[in-house]
Amino acid sequence: MTTNPKGDERKTAALVLGCPQVPVQTGIALYLSYSLKKEGIEPVIAGNRAARALIDISDPSRHYVEKFLDLDLYIELLAEKKQDFDYHFVFIHNDAGVSYAATIQALSPAPVIVLVYGEHFREVSDMIEFPCEKIAAKAVHNPMPLRRKLDEVLPWLVSSQ
Amino acid sequence: MACVESMNYEILLRNASFRECRDYVRSHCAEYVDVSPGYRLFDMHMIGVPPISIGLDGDTIVFPFTKPCYGTYLLKIEDRSEAEKVRALKKRK
Repeated sequence: MTTNPKGDERKTAALVLGCPQVPVQTGIALYLSYSLKKEGIEPVIAGNRAARALIDISDPSRHYVEKFLDLDLYIELLAEKKQDFDYHFVFIHNDAGVSYAATIQALSPAPVIVLVYGEHFREVSDMIEFPCEKIAAKAVHNPMPLRRKLDEVLPWLVSSQ
Repeated sequence: MACVESMNYEILLRNASFRECRDYVRSHCAEYVDVSPGYRLFDMHMIGVPPISIGLDGDTIVFPFTKPCYGTYLLKIEDRSEAEKVRALKKRK
């Protein structure tokens, strides 16, 4: 829970982006940000420079995302217990994404929700053996399969945690 | 503390999985220490699926280094003080 500039408290969610080489990532991240805001949850984008820049130029008026964090700084904040979030949504399409999600799960008591996508989503999903909520679909260029799954579970996820 | 990327490192494995890195460290290094994700090595908090194995050979450290776009590299760096710091964890266990 954070206190925003208006003084009221609202829940926060970190959206942890992977390498933006899979096209659906940016679109789904913006859609998830929109969905979270509708639920009264403030999204914060954590990613490397390229992943953040794609979100930045796609939402110039800041309708969906207002806050950004460098990925290394985000990990540092969690590891040093300087800041945490109410939810961590981790975008995964490769082994590195699984490593980041496992790290976040080990560093934070907050729920970790992984979004697994890409050509090899089943193999990557099978590598995840730590406790988390999984949303997985074969989405590479077309974000709709992942969006449908997100729509099914997001209201339940944010109301049950 | 110097940034890992600016240090004199050798790449042992590139684009490896976290399992391959763990297996390599355990089978090739004279000694190893398991740490949790987030452990601070050099100037960074380690990324990985626990347990993360760090290898030691004298003053040389072997460890996985993960970046979202490049996957995981297994790096080898010589640094006496950092090797001693990691070795001390083993003694405490």
